[in-house]
Amino acid sequence: MNGQFHRLAEQQRPSIAFSLDGQAVTALEGDSLLVAILAQAGHLRVSEFGDGARAGFCLMGACQDCWVWTAAGERLRACSTPLIEGMAILTKPAEDAWLIP
Amino acid sequence: MADPLIAIVGAGPAGLRAAEALVAAGLRPVLIEEGQRDGGQIYRRQPEGFQRGYRDLYGSEAERAARIHELSEELRTKIDYRPETLAWALADQCLQLSHRGRSDNLPFDALILATGATDRIMPLRGWNQAGVFSLGGAQIALKAQACAIGRAPIFLGTGPLLYLVAAQYLKAGADVQVVLDTAPPSRRLAALPQLLSRPGLLWRGLALTAQLRRAGVTLLRGVTPLEILGGEGGLSGLSFRTHGGESKTLACDAVALGYHLRPETQLADLAGCAFHFEPETRQWLPEADAEGRSSAQGVYLAGDNTRILGAEAAELSGRLAALAALEDLGLASDETERRRLVTDLARMERFRKGLVQAFPWPHHFAKSLPDDTVICRCEVVTAGDLRQSLDLTGAKEVNRAKAFSRVGMGRCQGRYCGHAAAEVIAAAQGVPLETVGRLRGQAPVKPLPVATERVVA
Repeated sequence: MNGQFHRLAEQQRPSIAFSLDGQAVTALEGDSLLVAILAQAGHLRVSEFGDGARAGFCLMGACQDCWVWTAAGERLRACSTPLIEGMAILTKPAEDAWLIP
Repeated sequence: MADPLIAIVGAGPAGLRAAEALVAAGLRPVLIEEGQRDGGQIYRRQPEGFQRGYRDLYGSEAERAARIHELSEELRTKIDYRPETLAWALADQCLQLSHRGRSDNLPFDALILATGATDRIMPLRGWNQAGVFSLGGAQIALKAQACAIGRAPIFLGTGPLLYLVAAQYLKAGADVQVVLDTAPPSRRLAALPQLLSRPGLLWRGLALTAQLRRAGVTLLRGVTPLEILGGEGGLSGLSFRTHGGESKTLACDAVALGYHLRPETQLADLAGCAFHFEPETRQWLPEADAEGRSSAQGVYLAGDNTRILGAEAAELSGRLAALAALEDLGLASDETERRRLVTDLARMERFRKGLVQAFPWPHHFAKSLPDDTVICRCEVVTAGDLRQSLDLTGAKEVNRAKAFSRVGMGRCQGRYCGHAAAEVIAAAQGVPLETVGRLRGQAPVKPLPVATERVVA
């Protein structure tokens, strides 16, 4: 599908490369991680309680619905994390993530 | 005596004006802000390198936003500014602050809480799907990132933000077709005398509605939302009943949802501030005197975390709380100015009461939410799960119901389900809402990584 988000302006910014679940993708400098992902995907993660996909809700760091993970096991709140060149983002935690404090 | 240490939590309009007043008194307050950039949510700034001007971003509030941003630049060297810092706990006149994985103590002599507000949510079937965002979230997507939450969004709920965000989307070139307001049309007329206490603001509100109508946007009032529809490919539509009782389904790929705002009160709760139940809004608010003193010694409340007065009032109450703190610390504080600020805020309070009347919290929806409606989106506790647990345990108090059902126990700590859960409990048990109580705040007020290190001094 297309991305959930639809860019309306500010599209002249430089492009930034990152990876999403192992796929090479790009977004724009100044994007939050949430926007970088939702500009090309329909969701950020899948609810661990079995009710389907989630794409964040409040965008202001209050609801904690927009969690994503790095390949290194770190958990990030996508709405308040700026996109950085070369990030490797996973929409579900790595299987051994529970071992990483 | 050394200068007293005054900590301010929140660098929005209230926190910045408080800092300004303290700096003018010769102090160097600590200003703690969780976000990367200050300005708060309403004057939220776009990242460096974005090109849109103030008029585009803030509309009629452009000058006010610019002044707040200029103030923040000006204060930068005069205060101890701590961005990207979460005040996650509070006890014994000491805050716990976490910054980039490290946590430190901040003992204070006085504390000004300016933590703002979030959207107030009444759930409906399907609101837990990807593609449903809070109205505030939809606004942030646009203001801070120049994005719409979808190609065909529907705006649903009630309150001034409903019309403001829809109008901002329209102006930014989004395809805005429908705004659905749950408030019955008659309520606005009844609220008019109180809303006239701030004619300029009322006029701006009416102008937004007029802009939407001129652009051909359908505005429906008195609707009853039924369900947000969707599947694997995302959202597909929204079904609702009109004021006249007709069932309708409209196509959409995103929904912005919100029923006015609720104060962000976790730290006030941890500080031991007393709360009171406000029948008109059906919510618990931290108690504060006219100048912003809470019931807890040395703790002051400013801005929307006390009652939803809006950004302009937040500037006044922020300054006032700082002047009150100075007075209480035995420092110079202009009493005439304090009296004037109290008078100005009283006028804004009348306007707030008008908004509450014009855009009521639709508590009656809670009773008829189908059992499979998700109430707690963190842990997917449904209305049926909650009601069943109430039947089994007889719980009539919200913290007890939380212990049995896990409603409000998830990682948002009940910010988004707490009010609806209390309404479901009151309706199911046939008890008044005020006897159900409120979810207690808990530290950490937001999740911390387990790997957070304590800084040892």
